[in-house]
Amino acid sequence: MVALEVNGERTELLLPVHKTLLEVLREDMQLTGTKHGCELGECGTCTVLVDGKPELSCLLLPIQIEGRAVTTVEGLASGSRLHPLQQAFAELGAAQCGYCTPGILLASKSLLDTNQRPTRDEIREALAGNLCRCTGYMKILEAIELAAERMSTHSPSPLAGKEGMGRISDR
Amino acid sequence: MTDNGRYAVIGKPLPKVDAASRVTGQAVYADDMLLPRTLHCRILRSPHPHARIVSIDTSAARRMPGVHAVITGADLPIKFGILPVTQDERALEHEKVRYVGDPIAAVAATDEEIAAAACDAIAVEYQVLEPVMSIDAALGRPKDERIQDYGGPNNIHKLVALEFGDVDGGFARADHVREDVFFFQGNTHLPMEQHSAVATYIDGKVTLWSSTQVVHYVHRALAKVLELPMNRIRVIGAAHGGGFGGKTDPFAHEIIVAKLAMITGRPVKCTLTREEVFYAHRGRHPVLMWVRTGVTSDGRITAMHFKSALDGGAYGSYGVASTFYTGALQTVTYDIPAYRFEGCRVFTNKPPCGPKRGHGTPQPRFAIELHLEKIARDLGIDPVEMKRANFVKPMTRTVNWMRVTSCGLEECTELVMKASGYRERERRSGRGMGFAISSYLSGAGTAIYWNDMPHSEVQIKVDRGGVTAYCGAMDIGQGSDSVLAAVVAEELGLQPKDIRLVTADTDTTPIDLGSYSSRVTFMAGNAALEAARKMRALLVEAVEASGRKYEEVSFEEASVLAEARFGTLTTAGSYTPPKIAGPYKGSGVGPSPAYSYSACVVDLDADPRTGLIHLNKVWIAHDVGRAINPLLVEGQVEGSVYMGLGEALMEEQTFRKGLHKWPSMLEYKSPTFLDMPDVETFIVETNDPEGPYGAKEAGQGPLLPVIPAVNAAVFDALGIWVDEVPVTPEKIVEALRRRDKGEPPRYGPQRFPEIPYPPTIKVDPPPRDLDRAAAASI
Ligand code: FES
Ligand code: FES
Repeated sequence: MVALEVNGERTELLLPVHKTLLEVLREDMQLTGTKHGCELGECGTCTVLVDGKPELSCLLLPIQIEGRAVTTVEGLASGSRLHPLQQAFAELGAAQCGYCTPGILLASKSLLDTNQRPTRDEIREALAGNLCRCTGYMKILEAIELAAERMSTHSPSPLAGKEGMGRISDR
Repeated sequence: MTDNGRYAVIGKPLPKVDAASRVTGQAVYADDMLLPRTLHCRILRSPHPHARIVSIDTSAARRMPGVHAVITGADLPIKFGILPVTQDERALEHEKVRYVGDPIAAVAATDEEIAAAACDAIAVEYQVLEPVMSIDAALGRPKDERIQDYGGPNNIHKLVALEFGDVDGGFARADHVREDVFFFQGNTHLPMEQHSAVATYIDGKVTLWSSTQVVHYVHRALAKVLELPMNRIRVIGAAHGGGFGGKTDPFAHEIIVAKLAMITGRPVKCTLTREEVFYAHRGRHPVLMWVRTGVTSDGRITAMHFKSALDGGAYGSYGVASTFYTGALQTVTYDIPAYRFEGCRVFTNKPPCGPKRGHGTPQPRFAIELHLEKIARDLGIDPVEMKRANFVKPMTRTVNWMRVTSCGLEECTELVMKASGYRERERRSGRGMGFAISSYLSGAGTAIYWNDMPHSEVQIKVDRGGVTAYCGAMDIGQGSDSVLAAVVAEELGLQPKDIRLVTADTDTTPIDLGSYSSRVTFMAGNAALEAARKMRALLVEAVEASGRKYEEVSFEEASVLAEARFGTLTTAGSYTPPKIAGPYKGSGVGPSPAYSYSACVVDLDADPRTGLIHLNKVWIAHDVGRAINPLLVEGQVEGSVYMGLGEALMEEQTFRKGLHKWPSMLEYKSPTFLDMPDVETFIVETNDPEGPYGAKEAGQGPLLPVIPAVNAAVFDALGIWVDEVPVTPEKIVEALRRRDKGEPPRYGPQRFPEIPYPPTIKVDPPPRDLDRAAAASI
């Protein structure tokens, strides 16, 4: 029996000892937001936070992290309100296919939690282990910079709160 | 240059319609699906590059607890393949294997571990054959036997020889003639998402969810191999984790899970491991190229002769098309008055090559851009100006019958020249800038299966104020759903988020041929435009019949009035490309309703001691016709630049003794955040006469100029030519060593092999001016 604390919820699971955290999250806890690209620790896609630090869930066994707080992409938003990083990624087109996005969001969150206004080179350094094949990384860098700016100045997103059906007179 | 002011949605940098689901982990990719009672499938693959299968014994595997079904090639004997002319693949092979990774048997079990153990328990007896691992070996006599039993002689798959205009005369007229040989190493797509498919068999119907780019072609292949009518098969594109051309063939695992679902009556899922993704491949062909060009003393091209030899791997895939593509688009950037193309594709015992971003054209683009650089230097004239003097003009037909409509080459060149300061660049050893241009299709003008039906269809339904658009187009991350929503929203006076979309589902959506050859914005966009304009006309008519103006009422009111007046509100639109192919065999590859154009400058530092390259910056301008959503266009351009830099500098798929050298993400090097320089992107809008709102493609073309621009920059920095891709530090150091020994300062292939091309088919060129040509042939 292993007790895991994921996104603030404690769950006890009966697991084969060799099952990786990645597999347990996706298969036993239905937290399929965490993705995989290699399952060998090579691509960063499966990144989650353990006590706030980015870790590769494909290389971790649940017993190694018992009693520590795991955060997955499902734990980033507050209810239906997006985390500023998610908001910036959405607005700036930093997620194309979106497959690398959960891992990159979590690695970025960990960076911004320790360094509020990182330079572009610091962001590159922090994300060097996360591959993305779609974006060429540019929009991701811009989105992290935008989120950092908003989080440090607490400026609300310009898109927040715009809802409802457009009007013909919009034209 | 733009008239975006006219539009409320088109031209606005809006977030993608599915952005929220992609940043919250809510998008459901194929491997995220876990239907009740799902069985898991693993595939046994060949450990030999070339072997006859003597026997397969699955009895031990069948007896294992948890195993529900084991199948072999005898259960799926019918051959399939993406092209109708090369139906040479089996979902499982039971006679012969042709590359390490060729599928042989498959197991469905209660979990993946049991399925994998059962695969290990299958005993296969092989008669090992001599593998054929290079173009040269494939051209020669096979030691044991041929890889495929068609094509030939030896392991040749396809030969092409075409001539347009008077090539000998063109060379005779030239003041200078130059020949060069180039090699472009193969590489792979490396999508972050491993291929995955889930199938069910319920009420006598197969449903397949897959990470495919082409639900329609998977539908066709399933019907053929499973021997079911198409109406008993439904293919749905799951949320897509990246394709780049790598998910454009129907794949063995898609057919296998469908068959296993039919046998077991339970859902079956198969997700390829990363190693298997390297074997599924269909990536960039390694291509050896020879080019000879004649020019006048002021650098005008008088004739070009281009030869290519493609290392195709073990199966046909898109290879016939890839072969033609290596010769098709040279002429749509440069005005070449006489042109001869000889192409050859060979079979080798490697994973099959196919279409990767730019399909068959990055290799020749790399070759001719460098070749023209060298010619300009021979003549002592500025390479940029020489290229420019040969640019094709808008509204012309090329010598090989390609119809060029809008063309922003001049504007693109001007923008990157200015922004990069290319002409005023600092001259110091080790620092260099390189320039190159390119062009790509906005969809193929002819479909894979030749017929007169539309290539894309859209239906729109309006009820109670809600709008739904239905289209077979598959969003692979490039944002095709967002383009559909933008077009419909623009026409109806709404916002993209107001449009509900149903896409990529063969049961519920009308056809779109798929996300390949950069066709979706152009073709599905035009289909959506037609459907939306028809819907708008209904709404306007109903509102005006009530004595008011359309602009004065809300959309909800307009839709209620129209539904009351007409009943169910549905409209449809479709797109069929104009018939513009030339009058010769093979003319179906290359024609497109519109070509995009790009120009690029790369700035780098190259260390002469280590050969290491540091990228400083990339400037790129792309003629997209019109940016329906500039945010997404930039994303496509930047992603293309990134992928081009990876191919130019590090990505390569190579083999040792029949084995893939690096089938893992660690060893197959691709650019990380640290490798990627800043990119400055310019969008050029030439307002194409036939594109939706003037739009053309953006997803593939911008990759093409990046690679030769890197090689040109290396020459600028160090005075050496690396006539190969990728440009690795070892090749740079070797070229410098040769220079220091007094040899030619060059690294690259020395010779092009003798190839038994068939007699050249001579084709009369069309009238150059498009209006006269159009009158004559359309
Ligand atoms: S899945 Fe690639 S690092 Fe974990
Ligand atoms: S957005 Fe597709 S891999 Fe990063």
